[in-house]
Amino acid sequence: MENIRRVISVIVMNESSVLARVTALFAGRGYNIDSLTVAPIPQSNFSHITIVTKGDKRIIEQITKQLNKLVPVFKVMEHEEMIEKEMVMVKFSVKERLSDIAALCGAYNGGIVNVGPDIVIAMAADEPKRIEHFLEATQIFNPIEIVRGGVVAIER
Amino acid sequence: MKMNGSQMVCEAITREGVKVVFGYPGGAIMNVYDEIYKQDGFKHILNRHEQASVHAADGYARATGEVGVAMVTSGPGFTNAVTGLATAYMDSIPLVVISGQVPLSLIGTDGFQEIDAVGISRPCTKHNYLVRDINDLPRILKEAFYLARSGRPGPVLVDIPKDVTAEFGEFDYPDSVDMPTYKPSCKGNDRQIKKAAEAIINAKKPLIYIGGGTVLSNASELVRELAQMTQIPAVETLMARGVMGAGNPLLLGMLGMHGNYASNMAMSETDLIISLGARFDDRVTGKLSEFARYAQIIHVDIDPANIGKLVDVDYPIVGDIKIVVEKLIEQLQERVNPKNYESWRDVLKRYNTLHPQSFKDSDEVLKPQWVIERIGKLVGKEAIITSDVGQHQMWAAQHYPFDRARQWINSGGLGTMGFGFPAALGAKVGCPEKVVINITGDGSILMNMQELVTAAEYEIPVINVILNNHYLGMVRQWQTFFYDKRYSETDLSYQPNFKALAEACGGIGYDVTTKEEFDRVLLEAIERKKVCFINVAIDRLENVLPMVPAGGALYNMMLEHKD
Ligand SMILES: Cc1ncc(C[n+]2csc(CCOP(=O)(O)OP(=O)(O)O)c2C)c(N)n1
Ligand SMILES: [Mg+2]
Repeated sequence: MENIRRVISVIVMNESSVLARVTALFAGRGYNIDSLTVAPIPQSNFSHITIVTKGDKRIIEQITKQLNKLVPVFKVMEHEEMIEKEMVMVKFSVKERLSDIAALCGAYNGGIVNVGPDIVIAMAADEPKRIEHFLEATQIFNPIEIVRGGVVAIER
Repeated sequence: MKMNGSQMVCEAITREGVKVVFGYPGGAIMNVYDEIYKQDGFKHILNRHEQASVHAADGYARATGEVGVAMVTSGPGFTNAVTGLATAYMDSIPLVVISGQVPLSLIGTDGFQEIDAVGISRPCTKHNYLVRDINDLPRILKEAFYLARSGRPGPVLVDIPKDVTAEFGEFDYPDSVDMPTYKPSCKGNDRQIKKAAEAIINAKKPLIYIGGGTVLSNASELVRELAQMTQIPAVETLMARGVMGAGNPLLLGMLGMHGNYASNMAMSETDLIISLGARFDDRVTGKLSEFARYAQIIHVDIDPANIGKLVDVDYPIVGDIKIVVEKLIEQLQERVNPKNYESWRDVLKRYNTLHPQSFKDSDEVLKPQWVIERIGKLVGKEAIITSDVGQHQMWAAQHYPFDRARQWINSGGLGTMGFGFPAALGAKVGCPEKVVINITGDGSILMNMQELVTAAEYEIPVINVILNNHYLGMVRQWQTFFYDKRYSETDLSYQPNFKALAEACGGIGYDVTTKEEFDRVLLEAIERKKVCFINVAIDRLENVLPMVPAGGALYNMMLEHKD
């Protein structure tokens, strides 16, 4: 069977070990995690975990079913139709062409967010695919450090 | 009511109706043991190893259908219990295991006897808890019992730091449980059930495939009814022996790696599998791409994750076997025509006459199959049979005339040597009126032989029939078949004196080499009501047959082995 990429949203109870349960499930059953983000859902006892994974149809189905079996998991959503965004921060030397960097970031919903004596920090926020493009484009400015935030997604 | 954590533990156990707890004390759990000393809500049995405590609770649960409870201390007490948890987890057995933990303030400091119990047990429990606050304890205990027995059952660990067991709090034991994130579905989708019934009516070669879920769901009567009414033949997995009852003309036998010819051929030729609480384990299916190539599949299971995990399913039904089978029967009533399957039954009957489950008896040496059939003749329905892991286990599953569910207790999923004896203790404690016999091997029995002392002290008369081949026989068999007889580390010629060993611990020991002796000794052992070892010298090189070599197609059975 062919491997597909899937974004899975998991709504979990806010409990101390719930993230460990989720990641241990992936590790123990040999499933892939391409990216994972987690944050509490405002005004609730729940958190939202977004996992990007790859696998064939049977594996993706198993992942959602096994996640559903975890006791503190409230809901698992696995859709093709998700709006996805990812954020990235990149560090450059101030000696690079800052106005070009600013323009590039602007094209990807970002900008320069911090300027120090030696370095500048820029950010972008966009679809994961476009973040790839953004990072390719930054190469000519010799990025010193790149931190990606992982994918967050919401159902359309 | 104000109580300390230890009193809460005892009170919850009592309120859950648990009559006996198996365990072993130590530093971190001492507060609870102090309360156990003062209470009389339940009895405590001191095993001589924590692994045995969990297996005993497990055997108790399998024999009675109730939740089994075990109690251990932190660190090594807990790690010794892990094999027991994993064994219960793989076979979906309802257990609550309480472990002590170092005080909250010491957690994370590598304190004396500190180990991350919830971390270690996460993959081998249905759920687990570290209790951080005395106010959570009553709810957690309630949830633990509820989780253990509801939905797909399983073991639940409650890890309690020592200071929490001493702290006082309000004991408000909830009557019911409301967990918004845990709602097992039991009823089965009516539309799917209707469609499944339709498929059964239209099938030409249907086959009922019965798994351990049928036992867990206490659905064996209904499954028999379904088979009877439709006259559809049935096969049982290792975990489901006894569901149809030996002698039932519709039962073909056990299927899988050591299943009989007719069962495996039926599975290979059927056009509709009616899977009831079975999970298409690799020991059952053999090579998946060759498995049941002509079959549509109805898969009934309480765990949605079991459905579609290994094989594609045409009629998925998530629900409790008992409820779903009841509805199926309703749907099929007066609509199904048993005659339609007559030629199919005839084919299978022919397969069975062609290669029946059999063995060649001998006058020179005791054959293990004879011993098992003999036990069946002498005690049959009256006994509960437990087993360890190896050839003896397979022979027992093949040859014992199991008559009802819960009569056969073995570690099918994890395959834990050392399970049989302590599980037998638990079964006997749960069903004192039954004769309990552990059919074991000379390798396996040593893995929890310390339980001789427990059984002797508490006067739990469990009979251990050691089918002694002086080998780790099952591994030796694979070496014979697949490793050119290089018997690497499987020769157990060096043996303890089993008879003396049993006697040294306060039990009875027998050595048996002939048929006459065996009959006499078994009846005497039952009569004397004391824990015993019956050390039976059997044919050293007997193999378990038929056999589907691992990874082979189910229909390619090795029916005999020629040297
Ligand atoms: C704890 C554990 N260790 C190792 C094994 C692997 N194993 C499976 S069967 C077997 C041999 C068992 O020997 P014995 O109890 O004498 O039974 P026999 O096969 O001879 O009847 C072994 C070592 C196991 N199942 N469990
Ligand atoms: Mg042996």
